[in-house]
Amino acid sequence: MNQDIEARKQELLKEGYEEVYTRTKVLTDAVMHYCPGCGHGTTHRLIAEVIDEMGIQDNVVGVSPVGCSVLAYNYFDVDFQEAAHGRAPAVATAIKRLNPDTFVFTYQGDGDLAAIGTAETIHAANRGENMTMIFVNNGIYGMTGGQMAPTTLVGMRSATTPYGRRVDLNGYPLRMTELLSTLPGTYYVTRQSVQNPAAVRKAKAAIRKAFENQRR
Amino acid sequence: MAFKGQIIIDTERCKGCGVCVPVCPMKCIALSKNVNGKGYNYTETVNDSCIGCASCAMVCPDGVISVYKKKI
Ligand SMILES: Cc1ncc(C[n+]2csc(CCOP(=O)(O)OP(=O)(O)O)c2C)c(N)n1
Ligand code: SF4
Ligand code: SF4
Repeated sequence: MNQDIEARKQELLKEGYEEVYTRTKVLTDAVMHYCPGCGHGTTHRLIAEVIDEMGIQDNVVGVSPVGCSVLAYNYFDVDFQEAAHGRAPAVATAIKRLNPDTFVFTYQGDGDLAAIGTAETIHAANRGENMTMIFVNNGIYGMTGGQMAPTTLVGMRSATTPYGRRVDLNGYPLRMTELLSTLPGTYYVTRQSVQNPAAVRKAKAAIRKAFENQRR
Repeated sequence: MAFKGQIIIDTERCKGCGVCVPVCPMKCIALSKNVNGKGYNYTETVNDSCIGCASCAMVCPDGVISVYKKKI
């Protein structure tokens, strides 16, 4: 199958076509376990493409979370460390401080980064740790069955808010991006989405900027 | 300047999520009636109006689609 694809690519190149897009080699050949259409896959792709384009594949360490993306290390062909639930920023802090010339990133869901790991997130940002935190906010605890997260939007349904999140009962969603933006230690924070081609291109540019900032 | 595009779909990797279908400006991809080895209705091209814009490839979570183009 894959050989057929390679052959077809070579054929097109011979016919004078130029390559516009193909899956980056920084992703492994493993088929991702994510549900069809899940943005985790798209986000993985963007990070891998940025690593590829920056030529830093042999000088980057990722830290994966607990959550649906717990197995992220199977999909990136770069060095990886798994952290306990919510503690990725603490682990990444140590990796970066011991290897200041290495690019370090965490990859975390909202249950991980904005619930059990809120303290680690805020303190790592406010200490100004020179690393990148990729926060994939799907508004729920995906891995455990779609329960409400701190980030679940008002009115949004989840397994534990079947009629929608109510402010009087469940309080307000945590606005992590705005919260971090108020901290003097935060160097760059932005909210992006991956729901259409334009948004994906913008998100990739933001990830690139976040990684480039580590060069300072 | 116009472009002619070609896409290559790694059908075995496709999960049939359909995310790529509505973003194609030329309406040249659709989900097949057939399924791949995992039982997913994979994506296929339904006409040759592709312009190589790579919108489909941008949104595909699984990196299934490769895009090529040439000037015409
Ligand atoms: C210390 C600890 N507490 C609770 C859990 C159970 N648990 C596993 S994943 C998860 C939440 C994951 O949600 P999120 O971070 O939003 O990631 P998603 O799965 O949505 O990508 C929880 C609470 C755990 N594994 N370890
Ligand atoms: S490259 Fe553009 S025109 Fe071609 S199939 Fe993909 S979205 Fe459609
Ligand atoms: S977005 Fe990718 S995985 Fe989903 S149907 Fe299209 S090609 Fe298949």
